[in-house]
Amino acid sequence: MIDPVQKIFRFQPDRSLYPETGADGKPVIRLDSGKFIKVWQGPNHPGVTGNMSLELTISGDEVVESKTHVGYLHRGFEKLFERRRYIQCFPTCIRMCVPEPDTNEYNLARGTEELAGIEVPETANWLRMLALEMARLQVLLRMVPGQAATMGLGLGAQWGMYFRELILDRFEELTGGRIYHMYILPGGVRGMMPDGFRERLGENLKKIDGFIKDIDKLIFHNAVFRKRTIGIGHIPADWVDHYGITGPVARAAGFKRDVRKDYPYLYYHQINFDYNIEHDSDVFARFLVRRKDLETTVDILRQIMAKMPEKGIIRAETPNVLHWRIPKGETYVRCESSRGEYGFYMVSDGSMYPRRINLRGPSYTHAVSVLERLLVNANISDISSIMVSLATCPPEIER
Amino acid sequence: MSIKDILSPFSGWKKVFDEPVVVKDPVNDRPGAPRYRGFHRNDIATCIGCGTCETICENEAIDLVPVQGIETRDGDSGLRPRVDYGRCCWCALCVDVCTTGSLTLSNAYIWVDEDPGVYRFTPGVDDMPWQREEKGWKKPEGNYEFYSLKREPMEHLRPEERNDSFAEMVRGFSKEQAMREADRCVECGICVATCPAHMGIPEYIRAVRDDDMERGLKILYDTNPLPEICGRICTHKCETVCSIGHRGEPVSIRWLKRYIADQNPSEKYKQILETGVLDKNGKKVAIIGSGPAGLSAAHYLSLMGYECTIYEKLPKTGGMMRFGIPEYRLPYDQIDKDIDYILSLGVHIIYNTTVGKDITLDQLKRDYDAVFAATGLHQGRSTRIEGTDHRHVYQATDLLRKVTLGEEIHVGRRIVVIGGGNVAMDITRTLARLQRLKYGEVRIITTSLETEDAMPADSEEVVGSREEGATVIPGWAPRKIDIAEDEIKGLHVVQCLSLFDEKGAFNPQCNFDNHRFFEGDMIVESIGQGMDLVYLTEGIKEHLEMTPRGRIRVDDYFQSSIPWLFFGGDIIQGPDVIHGIANGHKAARGIDRFLSGTADKQQTT
Repeated sequence: MIDPVQKIFRFQPDRSLYPETGADGKPVIRLDSGKFIKVWQGPNHPGVTGNMSLELTISGDEVVESKTHVGYLHRGFEKLFERRRYIQCFPTCIRMCVPEPDTNEYNLARGTEELAGIEVPETANWLRMLALEMARLQVLLRMVPGQAATMGLGLGAQWGMYFRELILDRFEELTGGRIYHMYILPGGVRGMMPDGFRERLGENLKKIDGFIKDIDKLIFHNAVFRKRTIGIGHIPADWVDHYGITGPVARAAGFKRDVRKDYPYLYYHQINFDYNIEHDSDVFARFLVRRKDLETTVDILRQIMAKMPEKGIIRAETPNVLHWRIPKGETYVRCESSRGEYGFYMVSDGSMYPRRINLRGPSYTHAVSVLERLLVNANISDISSIMVSLATCPPEIER
Repeated sequence: MSIKDILSPFSGWKKVFDEPVVVKDPVNDRPGAPRYRGFHRNDIATCIGCGTCETICENEAIDLVPVQGIETRDGDSGLRPRVDYGRCCWCALCVDVCTTGSLTLSNAYIWVDEDPGVYRFTPGVDDMPWQREEKGWKKPEGNYEFYSLKREPMEHLRPEERNDSFAEMVRGFSKEQAMREADRCVECGICVATCPAHMGIPEYIRAVRDDDMERGLKILYDTNPLPEICGRICTHKCETVCSIGHRGEPVSIRWLKRYIADQNPSEKYKQILETGVLDKNGKKVAIIGSGPAGLSAAHYLSLMGYECTIYEKLPKTGGMMRFGIPEYRLPYDQIDKDIDYILSLGVHIIYNTTVGKDITLDQLKRDYDAVFAATGLHQGRSTRIEGTDHRHVYQATDLLRKVTLGEEIHVGRRIVVIGGGNVAMDITRTLARLQRLKYGEVRIITTSLETEDAMPADSEEVVGSREEGATVIPGWAPRKIDIAEDEIKGLHVVQCLSLFDEKGAFNPQCNFDNHRFFEGDMIVESIGQGMDLVYLTEGIKEHLEMTPRGRIRVDDYFQSSIPWLFFGGDIIQGPDVIHGIANGHKAARGIDRFLSGTADKQQTT
C-alpha cells in the first residue's frame, strides 16, 4: 500500500525527452533550437547567497548547464595586505567572510604568531575558542532554518534570526562589535569576559536548546521539506577528495573531516565532541549534519565556559605593532569554519608587511566547481536549496 | 515519512501567542554595550596630537588637523585627530595605540543627519552628545600594549665600583638592548620639534632598528656634529616630551644616539659622511671658543667651504663640555673623538689665546670675513653672603676646570656645596671621589634653595650623589659662613619656603625661625654662571644693541647689530649643550647668508 504522504508527492516529470545526448555523452545544447533558455540567477537574487551569479541554461524547468560567475564583490584584500602592516591587516581580513569573520581574525593572528614565534597566553586561547564557537553558533542559527527558507518556509529562519541576535548581543558585550568583532588579534585577544557574561550566555544557550526542538518540528519533521531535500543534490563520495570538499558537506558524505579533530588547534583536544556523520550526501543529509553541529556547538560552548579560567593575561607581549617585522618564512594555518576547512597561507619576507596572505576557503570549491556540476539535471526550484546546502559565501570566494 | 511530518510543522502556530521579541524603540531602549565601539571621543586636553592614531588607521580615516584655541608648543603638535566616518571601520586600533590614552570610543551608535559633511568631525572639539558619555570602548586593561611602556634598563657601574674612580659610569646599550629600546618608538616626531637642533630622532631610531649604523651616523651629523658628547650629557628635552612618556617611560633617545655614535669607529667617519674632500670658497671665519656652539659652527662652515679658525683660551678644546663636566659622565676620549673629526675637516685651532688679551676683536675683523663669538658662561656666581671672601670658599666651575687640567685642588675633610643644579651635583660627586681617595671617607653636604621635587638637577644625578656618599639636603637658604680663627666652621642655613614671588620674579622667602647649621671646613658655591665679555672693545660696544635684560641682541641667525659679528651658545641662550649646537648650526647658515650675500638658500647642512 502506498503511503498517503508519498501519494501526494507522487508526481514525477518526464525528464528523458530533453536534452538529447550527443555522441560524446554530453547534452546537445543548441539555443536556436528553441528548446533551451539562458537564465541568469543573480547577482542580485533572493535565491543566491550573496553577490554571485549563475548563468543557467535550462530546458523546461531543468538545468542543463550552469556556470558560476563571480566578480561582483572583488575588493582585492589579498593585494591590500601586501601594503599594510600586520596589525592593519587585522581589521581588513575579517571582511573576507561576512557571516563568520572570526575565523579570518584567528587565522591571521595564528599565522602571524607562528611566523614570529609568539606564545599566546592560556586565557587568551580559551577566549579565542569562545569567540570561534560563538561565531559558529550564530552562523548555524541562521543557516539551519535558512535552508527551509530557500523553499519558502521563512518562519524558522526568522526565529533563528532572533536567537542569532542573542549571540550577537553577547558578542557586543565581549568584543564591542556585533558583526565585525575584531577581537582576536596577533598576540591574544582584546578583552576579558565582562561580569555576568557566563550566566547570560548560559541563559541564551538554554533558549537555543528549545529553539532546536522547535525547528525539529517545523523543518525536519516536515513532509514538504523532506520531500524536497531527500535525494536532491546528491554528491557522490568520490567527488569529495577530487574537488577538495570539506566540512559539513564532506561529513554528510560519510567522511570524518573536521579540522578541530584532525589537526587540533587551541584547546579543542580538551573538549569532548565527535564527528557528526551522515551517509546519504544529499541536501537533507547536509542539513542533518548542520543541525547536529548546532547541538554540538552549544555543548562545546558549555564545556568551554566550564573549563575556562576566570582571570588571566589576554595578550602576549609583542614588539611594537607599528613596525613589527615578522621573520622570513611561510606557514599554512587552518581552522574549522561552519562551512569547512578555512586556511591562510602566509608568507613573510622579513619586512613589516606580509609578502602574501592567501585564503583557502571552502566556498571556492563548493560554489564554483561542485555547484556547476551538481546543478546539472536539477530542477530550477532546487537551485537555491542546493546552493545553500553547500554553504557558499561569495565574499570569501573573491576576497 | 509519516503523518506526523504533515502535522508537526503546524506547531509553529503556537508562537503566534508569544510576546514579540523586537525592540520597539531602539534609540532609547537599546543603548550599546559598555564596551561597544561607537563614535569617537577625545579628551583634547590630554591629547598631544602625536598622530599615532593616524598612522595605525588602515582606512586613512583619521587626519591630524589644526584646531582653533590649541597652540603648538613643546610636547604638543597643536593638531587633533579628525575622523571621517565615510572611511572609519570602528576597529578602535586608534584607541588601543593612543599614546596618551585620550582617544576612546563611545557606545553611541545612532547618528542621523541630512548633511553628509558633518560625518567628518574632530572628536572633543566639535561638540557631540556622546563626548560626555562614560560607556564605550577604552583600551583594554591589563597586559595589553601595542608597544612597551618600560624602558630597557641602562647598566651603570655600581656605587662601590665607581665611587673612587673617574671611569665612565654608564655602560651603554648592547645591540639587543638598543634594538628593543628603538622598537618602543612610535615615530610621532613630537621630539623633533622640541629638540633645539631639530634632530631627525625618529629617523635615527629607525636606523638602529634597521641596524644601519652608517645611515644613523649620517642622520646625526645632519644636525649635530657632537653625537658622542650629546649621546652622554644632552639635557634630552626630547625625552621630556616623548609621547610614550605620557603613560610609560619615555624612549631613551639619548642613549640610542650614543649607541649609534659608539658603533662607528672614528677612522670611518670621513668615508661614511663623505667629507674626504671639501671644496673651499676662499672665505675665512674666526670663531671664539671651542665649546659646542663654536665647534658646531666650525663644522657646518667647513662643509660649506669656509676656512675656520678657532681661538681657544684654554690649552684644550671643548669648553664647558670638557672643563665643566666630570670625566665619569663624559670621558675625555669621547670628547676627542667628536672634536678630532671636526678638526680633521680643516678647522684650525689656536690654543691658549684669549681674545681681548692676546689678540683683539679688531684684529680678527681685519683678518677674517666674519667672527662668531661663543665664549660661554665660565664665571661662577657667588651667593655674596658673609664669609664668601674666605680662601676656602670656591666656585664649582673653577674647581672642575682645575680637576680637568690636572691641577692640585684643596679638598676639605668636611665640605658644604651650595647649589641644586647639575653643576652642583658634578662638583659634589667629583669632590666625593677625591675625598674618598684622600681620606677614605666622604663627608659632603649639598644644599639648595629648591626642595627636592623642584631641584633643577636631574634626579638620577641626585640619586647618584647619595649613592656615592654625599648628603643632599634640599630646601635651605644659606645665611652666613661661620668662621673662627680664620678657619671655616660651617654654614648657617634657614628653611626656604618659596623661590618666586607672585609676579614670577626670583625672590626667595624664608622661615628664619627654622634654622640649621651644616658643619664644614670648605664651602663650594654652584649657583649659576655668568659671562665674561671683556673682549668687546668700547668701539664695538657702542654699536652693539643689547636687550632690556642686558643680553646681546641677535637676529634669528645669531647676527648682532654689527653685521660681521655673530654671537651664539650659552651667552645667548643660557647653559645647554644642545642649544649651543643648534645655535652654532644656525649661525653657520647666517654667516653663509651674510658672506655669500644670498638669502637663505636651500642648504642641506
